[in-house]
Amino acid sequence: MNHATSIPRWEHFDHMADIGVRGFGATREQAFEQAAVALCAVIADPVNVAPREAVAIECEAPDEELLLAEWLNALVFEMSTRKMLFSRFVVRFEGTRLAGEAWGEGVDSSRHHPAVEVKGATYTELKVSRQQDGTWVAQCVVDV
Amino acid sequence: MDLSRFKRRSEHEWEIEPHGAMRVPGVIYATESLVRDMDDKVYEQVVNVAALPGIVKASYAMPDAHWGYGFPIGGVAAFDPEEGGIVSAGGVGYDISCGVRSLHTGLSARQVRAVQERLADCLYARIPAGLGSTGSIRLGASEMDAMLTGGARWAVKRGYGEAADLERIEEGGCMAQAKPDCVSDRAKQRQRDEMGTLGSGNHYLEVQNVAQVFDAELARAFGLREGATLLTIHCGSRGLGHQIGTEFLKRMAIAGSQHGIRLPDRELACAPIRSPVGEDYLGAMRAAINCALANRQILTHLAREVFAAIVPAARLELLYDVSHNTCKVEQHVVDGVKRELYVHRKGATRAFGPGHPDVPPALRAFGQPVLIGGSMGTASYVLAGAESGEARSFASACHGAGRAMSRHQATKQWNGRHVIDELAARGILIRSPSQRGVAEEAPGAYKDVSEVVDASEAAGLAKKVARLEPLVCIKG
Repeated sequence: MNHATSIPRWEHFDHMADIGVRGFGATREQAFEQAAVALCAVIADPVNVAPREAVAIECEAPDEELLLAEWLNALVFEMSTRKMLFSRFVVRFEGTRLAGEAWGEGVDSSRHHPAVEVKGATYTELKVSRQQDGTWVAQCVVDV
Repeated sequence: MDLSRFKRRSEHEWEIEPHGAMRVPGVIYATESLVRDMDDKVYEQVVNVAALPGIVKASYAMPDAHWGYGFPIGGVAAFDPEEGGIVSAGGVGYDISCGVRSLHTGLSARQVRAVQERLADCLYARIPAGLGSTGSIRLGASEMDAMLTGGARWAVKRGYGEAADLERIEEGGCMAQAKPDCVSDRAKQRQRDEMGTLGSGNHYLEVQNVAQVFDAELARAFGLREGATLLTIHCGSRGLGHQIGTEFLKRMAIAGSQHGIRLPDRELACAPIRSPVGEDYLGAMRAAINCALANRQILTHLAREVFAAIVPAARLELLYDVSHNTCKVEQHVVDGVKRELYVHRKGATRAFGPGHPDVPPALRAFGQPVLIGGSMGTASYVLAGAESGEARSFASACHGAGRAMSRHQATKQWNGRHVIDELAARGILIRSPSQRGVAEEAPGAYKDVSEVVDASEAAGLAKKVARLEPLVCIKG
C-alpha cells in the first residue's frame, strides 16, 4: 500500500481564506483522531510536538458531524487556554458523546515555530462519511 | 463567475434576480473583472442569504467579496424583526468586531524613517503578537464583566488612552446593551490573558506613510496630508469572540430547526431576532464588540508608550476606529419608510454618509472615515462614506483586499524570510514571530486592494480620500 492511500492519515485541503482539515481512518474514531492531527498541523508541524502530557476532552452533539466540529473546537479551546500544542489523540464514542485525550506539550515558539492561531472549526465542508472502500473520512474548514 | 447569471443594473451593480427560495434579489457591487474572478461560492452564498427570513431589500456583496462561512465575506444583509427577521452568528463571523483603527502619529515619514529600525524593534517587543502570546493584564470575573460592558470606555477609565479617543470610535467606544451574562465561562476563560494582544493570521499593527491624497477637502477634514504618517491596528475580539461565534453557531444550528428555519448550509445557522437564542446572541455579540474595542484601545496605549520613548514629539491621535464583522441595529429608509433593521456586515465596513448623526461632530459634514486594510507589502486606504451608499448598501463598503490564493498555495510559492528581505529592500520593515505566517500573508497572496477600492468608489459606496503605504509592519 503506498503512502498516499495508507490509513490512518491526514491532509489539508484548500479554502480561499482559510484551510480545510481532513482525517482518514479504518474507523470513525481514527478519522476523528487524524482530523485533529490535521488541525494541529495548521498551527505547527506535529512531528516537533512531543506527547508529554495528556488532556482529557469530552464533548457532545446531536449528530456526528456537529460532534466533529465540537471535538475540534474543544481542542482549539484547550490549546488556547493551556498554551499547548497537541500531536497525538485518542477518541472513543459513547452514543452522541465523545470522550478523548489529546497529548502534547506547552508552546515553545523557538522549537515549534507556530504559524497561525486557529479561531475555530467551522461547518463549511463539514462531513463525516464512509467511502466505498470502507475508509472513514472526517473533515471541515477551520477559520484562521 | 459566469456573468450571464447576472442582470447588469449599471456598470458596477450586478443583480441576481430572485429565484427558488430567494425572498429578495442578490446584488454584487464590483467591476466586471472582479465579478469574473469571484468564486462561484460567492454567488451561491449571496443567493442563500437572500432566502433567510425577514431579509430586507437585497442580499449584498461588496467588491472584495469571497467565499466565507454561510454568508460571503464582504456580505451585507439587513433583517426586520417585525417580519420575522433573523440574526446569524455566521453572518457576523468568528472574529466578532474585527476592525481597523488608525491614528495620526504627528510625525512625518522622514522622521519615522530616521528611527525606523528602532521603532520596528520596540513595537515588536512591546506588542504581544502571534500564537500563545499573552498581555500583561489579567482580568478577574468582575473586571471581565466591566470590560465586556464598557468596551474602550472601560479601557480609558483604567488608564489606557484618553477620553478624547472615544469620540473617534464607532458607538463612542462602548456598544450599548451588551450582556456579559450571555457570554459563557469558556469564552471568558479564553480571554483572561489575551487583552492587549494582536493575534495572528491577517492581523497586524502598521506604521504607514500617506502616499497619495485623492480628495483634498476630505483629507484636510480627516487631518491627512502626503508625507504624514499613521499608526494602524487591525485585530478583533480575540479568543472571546471566537468562542462566542463557535458556541452560538452550534446553538443556532440546533435551535433553527425548532423555529422551522430550513437552511441549505448549516453555516447559515440563525435564530429569530425575537427569540431567546437570538437575544442571547445579540447580548453576547455586543459584549464581544466591547472586547474588541477595549483590545484596540489597549494596543493603542502600548503603541503610544513606544512612540513616546523613541520620538517624544509624537502625538498619537485617533482618526477613527471601524469594525467590519458586526450586526448592528440601525435606522434605514426603505421605500420611503424609516425602519429599524439588524444590519449584518461580515467583512464589510459601515460607511455612513455626510450628515449622519452617528458620525462624530467634527467629521459629520464629510462622512464617516472608512479604513481599508491592504496586505503588508501593498497599500491601505482611507475612504469616506458617501451619501449614495445609504440607498445602495445600507451604507456599507468593502473592508480589505481579500485573498487571491489559499494559505497552502502561498506557502508553496513564497518563503517567509525571502518576503521579509524583499520588503526590507523596498523600505518596509516586517517583524513577525512566524516565517510561515509571513509567507501565508505574502502580498501576492492578496487581490489588488486598489481595484477593490476603486470599485467601491465607482459603485458609489464610498469616496477615496488617501492611499497609505507601510513603513513598519508588526505581523501576528
